[in-house]
Parts: sequence; C-alpha cells; structure tokens
Amino acid sequence: MADIVKVGMADLNVCQAPDGITTLGLGSCVGVALREPGKPWGGLAHVMLPDSKAITSSGPINVPKFADTGVEELVNRLVAKGCNKNKLVAKIAGGAQMFAHATSDKMMRVGDRNVEAVKKKLAEYRIPILAEDTGNNYGRTVVFYPETGDFVIRSVGKTDKTI
Amino acid sequence: MADNMSLNDVNSMYFDVLKEIGNIGAGNATTALAQMLDTKVDMSVPKVSLLEFKDVGEIVGGEEVIMVGILLGVEGDITGSIMFMIEKEGARHLTNKLMMGMGASEPGEDFNEMELSALREVGNIITGAYLNALSGLTNLCIYPSTPDLTVDMAGAILSVPAIQFGIQGDQILLIQNNFFDEVELDGYFILLPDVESYGTILKALGIPIM
Repeated sequence: MADIVKVGMADLNVCQAPDGITTLGLGSCVGVALREPGKPWGGLAHVMLPDSKAITSSGPINVPKFADTGVEELVNRLVAKGCNKNKLVAKIAGGAQMFAHATSDKMMRVGDRNVEAVKKKLAEYRIPILAEDTGNNYGRTVVFYPETGDFVIRSVGKTDKTI
Repeated sequence: MADNMSLNDVNSMYFDVLKEIGNIGAGNATTALAQMLDTKVDMSVPKVSLLEFKDVGEIVGGEEVIMVGILLGVEGDITGSIMFMIEKEGARHLTNKLMMGMGASEPGEDFNEMELSALREVGNIITGAYLNALSGLTNLCIYPSTPDLTVDMAGAILSVPAIQFGIQGDQILLIQNNFFDEVELDGYFILLPDVESYGTILKALGIPIM
C-alpha cells in the first residue's frame, strides 16, 4: 500500500514511488514538484516567499521557505537520491491572491511574485516546467506521484484536476 | 529601533500585552456579538500561541477545513492588517441568526451575497473590538479599512498572514477565541503590524526595545 508523505507550510521533502507526496491548502504559497522521469524519486516544496536575500531577519534562514533556496535544496535532495540534475522536470501550483486587496506593499502580488521566483530558479537549473496551475484567487491542495508524474490539484467547490 | 527585529526576539512582555489585548478584545467582541444577535454570548479565555508555520493548520483543525477569512487593513499611528477567521458552518450559524433565518443558504452551500455582507459586518465588529482594545492600551490611533472576505481552505487563508510573518521570522502569532451562544464558534484572530509598527506599539506600551 502506497503512503502519502505530507509536506507542511515552508517545508519540503522527497518520496519514493509508489508513494505520493502532498501539501495541503496552498494559498499564495507555491508547490514545486520535481522528478526525473523513469526514476522512483520525486520531491515537493511548499515555498512561501520569493527571495531569501530580501528578508529583514538575521540569523540562519529557513531554507524551504524561499523560492530560491527551496528549489535549490529540493534539487540537491533529489540528486542525493541518484537523480540526474539535467533530467529533472517540474510541475508547479499555487500562487493565488486570496484577498482582492493587498493590505501592504510587501503583500502586493506576493502569489505572482512567488510563481515568478520559482520559474526563475527553475530556469537557472534549466528544469522545464511541464505543467502549471497558478494564480487566481482560491486555495489548492496538491498531491504528486513521482511514478507517473501526475500532479493532482484539489480546490473547494471545484472538481479535481490532474496536470 | 532595530529593523531586523523578528517576532522570535519580541520579549515576553509583548506576549503578555498581546494576551491582554486578546482578553479585552474578546470581551469587547463578545459584548458586540451579543448586542448584534440580541442573545447571551459567552466566551472562553482566549489562547495566545506563537506557532511554527507547519503547526498552524493543525491548531485550526486541519489545513483543509473550510473557513471564512476576513482581512482588514490597519492605518493611523500604526500600519498593518488584522485577520479574523471562523469555521464555515459556525459563520453560517451567525448569519442565520443575524438575518433571522430569512434568505439563508442551506448547510454545505455557498454563501449568498446577503450572507457575505452580513459576515463582513461581523468581521468589522469583531476586529473593531480588538482594535479598540489595542488602541485603549497604547493610546495610538488605529483605523481599520473596509473588510475583504474569502471562503476557502484554512491553509490557503492562513498563507496570507503566514507570508507576512515569514518576512520577519518563522513563527505566527495566533489568538484563539471560542464564543458560545447555543453552539460553540471557534474564532481565530491574527494581528499583523508591519515591521516598522512593532516599535511604535512597544514604545507606546513603555516596553524597552532590544
């Protein structure tokens, strides 16, 4: 029986087929799923903010929290499991704007900016994005199956879709 | 004040003050709700917790629980935002009472425009009650903007304040408030001052800034 590994907010993890990996209730955060087709391993990151260099806090940074460091760490984790960095492919979801009006400049379009930052980092690694379901104004739960590459997206009041 | 202050550094006095704001705010909100509903409303002692991002979903009953989130901007001597969350069927109970059962949607259905507008009003009153508590303790002028509302998964709604807290640290400060009339209503309240405004609040409270 396959298990589903759960990834929390500002966290990441990898799993091995036939297991799947999930993160629940993505809002403005972005879920980044990576795998190498033909390999049993896959990973999922739940990133919250675009850029680790733009924050005001001192001390060690929470790596999975940011698009730049989170994607890098996820790539490294998959490479450590024997994946080839040059053969990785990605699917992404999330980056919604949950409320119509941003209440501060820093929160302006944060969902969009998260998506852009993830794409920029993936482009640096030359990792192609095979599919995405991003933007809009609703939350998403995602489940990723490394065996098939299926990325299942569940939202309130909508039928599930697989990208 | 130091620009790089994070919530992790905020001292226990600030935490105690927030608890007090939670207490007074919840008291105000309960009175306001009772007047609005024309019924007796009780509340439990509010719980203030500083949570890791990954634990937030669990506290509110799971990331996929459908909740109503009401977000208001805050202006005046401090800037930021304030959010109130309530579980969807609890919110329905409130709107039903407010509208005296007229024009109400069925459990499980989407809210109609009238119910949404009633919920915005509830959000206004409840967050106003908290802001009055903060304003009273600090003598700062604080005005809320018009409320913005969404009905969605708890995790998705919480991503908004979590991201804002995430700019400064790795934890989120949540005030949990339970109201009772005939049913128990779990409400959650999150105060989100902009980084620059923490100093203003602490100073107004006479708390030394590290």
